[in-house]
Amino acid sequence: MINIFEVNETNKMITQENLDVRTITLGISLLDCIDSDLKKLNEKIYRKITTVAKDLVPTGQAIEKEYGIPIVNKRISVTPIALVGGSACRCPEDFVTIARTLDRAAHEVGVNFLGGYSALVSKGMTQADDFLIRSIPQALAATERVCSSVNVGSTKTGIDMDAVRLLGDIILQTAELTKEEDSLGCAKLVVFCNAPDDNPFMAGAFHGVTEADAVINVGVSGPGVVKHALTEVRGADFETLCETIKKTAFKVTRVGQLVAQEASRRLGVPFGIIDLSLAPTPAIGDSVADILCEIGLEHAGAPGTTAALALLNDQVKKGGVMASSYVGGLSGAFIPVSEDQGMIDAVKAGALSLEKLEAMTCVCSVGLDMIAVPGDTKATTISGIIADEMAIGMVNQKTTAVRIIPVIGKGVGETVEFGGLLGYAPIMPVNQFSCDAFVNRRGRIPAPIHSFKN
Amino acid sequence: MKRTIITVVGKDTVGIIAKVCTYLADNNVNILDISQTIVQGFFNMMMVTDATRSPKNGAQIAEELEAVGKEIGVVIRCQHEDIFNMMHRI
Repeated sequence: MINIFEVNETNKMITQENLDVRTITLGISLLDCIDSDLKKLNEKIYRKITTVAKDLVPTGQAIEKEYGIPIVNKRISVTPIALVGGSACRCPEDFVTIARTLDRAAHEVGVNFLGGYSALVSKGMTQADDFLIRSIPQALAATERVCSSVNVGSTKTGIDMDAVRLLGDIILQTAELTKEEDSLGCAKLVVFCNAPDDNPFMAGAFHGVTEADAVINVGVSGPGVVKHALTEVRGADFETLCETIKKTAFKVTRVGQLVAQEASRRLGVPFGIIDLSLAPTPAIGDSVADILCEIGLEHAGAPGTTAALALLNDQVKKGGVMASSYVGGLSGAFIPVSEDQGMIDAVKAGALSLEKLEAMTCVCSVGLDMIAVPGDTKATTISGIIADEMAIGMVNQKTTAVRIIPVIGKGVGETVEFGGLLGYAPIMPVNQFSCDAFVNRRGRIPAPIHSFKN
Repeated sequence: MKRTIITVVGKDTVGIIAKVCTYLADNNVNILDISQTIVQGFFNMMMVTDATRSPKNGAQIAEELEAVGKEIGVVIRCQHEDIFNMMHRI
């Protein structure tokens, strides 16, 4: 039988070390809503989401109470809207009506984010993809809870540079349209390479076309728990360090597995995957950067950071994989700047630059995340940053992403406040040299040689 | 069987166990095991209980016990035992 020490250990993780389940995300396929009449399409989408997800929030809350584990977010992901709206939408504005419908449905069922206002264009764009991408600035400005993502590359297909170039402009337009809120719209837009179909984390979640009609995916967290466990083995050798991370990741993931199974059973929706991620929040003690410091760095960004992060990411996976039958999504350590107090401190101290962050994304999930840059950054420069990050993903056969926020009206040294889980961030300097001629070439970057495995 | 783990942590005072047990008896929750220690003046108790025959569900019991705890100045948590089994048993 469980003893008092084990019970106290678990409860200490929950009450003092910020152990929580970060999100239960209900993936819903909207393929059966497709209609060539825009009004009908909107009605069907609203009806499907509010029917399938009507019990999501109360069920999540009941599980929270019964097991005594906080479930921070209940969210929804849907089929990429470019596919769903293709036959009904004749212009970008038509797509915006779908965004509004999604927002209304999200409010109705009480989820705080709904992802899937997305297009998958890793090899090329259809007319619908093009309309959807061009509608993103307006869609994100007109809605509160809708999240958007665009997959512009993969190891199998290479990188669609036309989409990368377009997105540089789109990100700036989104920033401009939401400048009253410190360009918050950009915090809800992710550009991906190798985007997974079953990611439960926002803003990049969408319900891939390879998925069933509805599915439950769960994202676990717990940087605070790992950090605390490591304080107990300060100065120990690498083997002990790795063992400690692995064991802690196992325990954290088991809680996610339990919540996922229970949510799946109660909602009558199949269980998809657990996403084994260390997802920080701006709360003190809930930071991935703090783990890196505990491993032995003065600040995240110091020499050794990439190695420490590689080790952390790998051990989290090794511990977590055994704890769940199905692992998927992004699975790894997240390094968002604005959502992690330790990262913010590192940037303020001058320890962490955009270039170092880029190096770090080679060894962890996901990418350049929640990075605020000056509002006068050129569109081609943003495209260049995206292209670099996509290339890392393409060549290393991993997911990479860019969620960058050019804050209109602000410059380096100033701070931007997004509020809530999105946190706040110091604006980081960007390399000022031009990449215009590179970005303005047409076409795509071919798939790398090691993708030809057949 | 619907087994739950009840933990009580707080400053030691007269009648903590009595108060908790009265609530459990009133709600038809059976106690299977109790262990209790005092750590640095702090009362620390764990109970394994069976709530199968209680008319209330786990979430309700957890909420009401939390309120009982607030009355007497201790923190009471009531959790389904599976969260501990999952974490500590393979």
